[in-house]
Amino acid sequence: MLFTKDDWGKALEELRKSTRILVPVKEGDLHTFQPLAEKGIPDWNYQNTRMSPKALVYPQSERMFEYSLGEGDANAHVLKESSKEYKPQAVVGIRPCDAHAFQIVKLNFDNPEFKDPWWVKRHDSTTFVGLGCNEPCSTCFCTSVGGGPFGKKGLDVILHDLGSRFLATSLTAKGEGFLAGLKGGQKAGEKDIAEAQEMEEWAGQKISGKIPTRQLKDKVVNQLFNAPFWEEVAFSCINCGTCTFLCPTCWCFDIQDEVLGKEGDRIRNWDSCMFPLFTLHGSGHNPRDKKTQRVRQRFMHKLKYYVDKYGNGVQCSGCGRCVRYCPVNIDIRQVCELMNNY
Amino acid sequence: MENPYLPYPVRIEDITVETEDRNLKTFKFVFLNPEDEVKFSYTPGQFAELSIAGKGEIPIGIASSPTEKGFVCFTVNKVGLVSSHLHNMKKGDLMGIRGPLGNWYPWDQMEGKNVVIVGGGFAFTTLRSSIIYMLHPENRPKFKDITVVYGARSPGMLLYKEELAQWEQRKDINMHITVDSTNDPKWKYNVGFVPAITEKKIASAEDAIAIVCGPPIMIKFTQPVLEKLGFSPERIILSLEMRMKCGIGICGRCNIGDKYVCKDGPVFSLAQLKTMPPEY
Repeated sequence: MLFTKDDWGKALEELRKSTRILVPVKEGDLHTFQPLAEKGIPDWNYQNTRMSPKALVYPQSERMFEYSLGEGDANAHVLKESSKEYKPQAVVGIRPCDAHAFQIVKLNFDNPEFKDPWWVKRHDSTTFVGLGCNEPCSTCFCTSVGGGPFGKKGLDVILHDLGSRFLATSLTAKGEGFLAGLKGGQKAGEKDIAEAQEMEEWAGQKISGKIPTRQLKDKVVNQLFNAPFWEEVAFSCINCGTCTFLCPTCWCFDIQDEVLGKEGDRIRNWDSCMFPLFTLHGSGHNPRDKKTQRVRQRFMHKLKYYVDKYGNGVQCSGCGRCVRYCPVNIDIRQVCELMNNY
Repeated sequence: MENPYLPYPVRIEDITVETEDRNLKTFKFVFLNPEDEVKFSYTPGQFAELSIAGKGEIPIGIASSPTEKGFVCFTVNKVGLVSSHLHNMKKGDLMGIRGPLGNWYPWDQMEGKNVVIVGGGFAFTTLRSSIIYMLHPENRPKFKDITVVYGARSPGMLLYKEELAQWEQRKDINMHITVDSTNDPKWKYNVGFVPAITEKKIASAEDAIAIVCGPPIMIKFTQPVLEKLGFSPERIILSLEMRMKCGIGICGRCNIGDKYVCKDGPVFSLAQLKTMPPEY
């Protein structure tokens, strides 16, 4: 379907009445996904959000259960699931790398043995409408990790920005339903599709970052674990956790109880393998008490353990956030090359 | 969708102080809803998350045996926020149990074989579960000789003292209880560290599987003894501990390489561990 950008805006505005629409909005110097509202004006020319959009499915802090500690209360000390709404939502304008990340993470939250009910329900109620990247960033390396500036993994609809128009192509039944609910579109012509094709090829060539990953799966895990380069890789790391915080594929969490008066909640919060408390035993023993061990864990998890466990490539979608925002310039592309070529 | 994070409500039925330092207590729980006991169907070697509203959860090995009906038991060392709070709780108090979690000792492999159990200190809990399970009249014929080496720092630090004394009297289990040292003149069992007693008392590894649970230092020195006796790494079974939260392989912290101790473990053979990064 082809939309003028004007019509696209109007169609979303109409759909907003029945579906929660999240769009990239500029706030200060940064972009974040915000509900489309009178004031929430989408900026379709953005590059990417600083924070990954993982929080749209997996909030940084989330209530799991609630309980009463009041001795007189019926059901005191018994946990009850916190009530939540799972209204249909659509993330419109998500970059293909970030949508791919949801697909990578799904294997953890939605596996044959256990399903994380909150992640699964919110993921199932979300439609992912991707905006292909005409102008990839210098730190992007999506094409090295199974994606691309117009990659379709994890998306229900993909948009091609053709200047004054959007070409919207549905990729799943969910995406078809989404487009059927939008008014004002026209059938795309052959010329438009050809233009979009050309755009894709051009963008793909613009991705300069190429990292080798093919040999990772054949490496012996303990040889990589004992490789001599970890001290050097970790030398400058200050264990700040920025990389794991911004990463769309980092999923680790902590569970904590919070009490106010006689009411309490069990809450889960994002956590990070960069912090020593992450693995500290009650006895005081800590299997990863040194920063080199923690840095190694992060890279080994993404580039070896995940690869071995799922046979689904690396646990990285190539968004480049950790490369851009690491305060000491640790670069996953270089580490991946070291591991792949070791 | 079943919520795997939701604990079953339980009531504390009984509390037993196990050790002379009063740091280890056994808690006996009864499920508030009888149908939850059926859902909590477990195998010796598994663990569960003990949940206290307002405090949090701790992963603890199940000390009771599935042959014991109507309750479940956990022996808890007082170390942190949750376990300290639990130690101050009373009979009748309400809390939660989430599980059973993790894998179990390789019962299918152990059938028809000699079983050697080596335990130290307060890591004897899932071993107690295993012994009770094997000694049950329905299960005892499935195993050949059962030999147990169990040690603690002193006589007062041994867990389950009454049961140990009963097992000492039985003909269908060979008990070798030991303490690191004692000045009790009435002490009638062994004195010496677990690895030394294991070397002295275990005659052969023939047709046998060894289960080893204890502090890291005990495991470190018992391993070469067992290997010298002829136990291959496939027949040395260990149970590991790790800081855990979710208990179902999702929250990400208890990994060793690509294995999660909570879901793929806590039970691993030495052969498996040799292929995994030594990060535990």
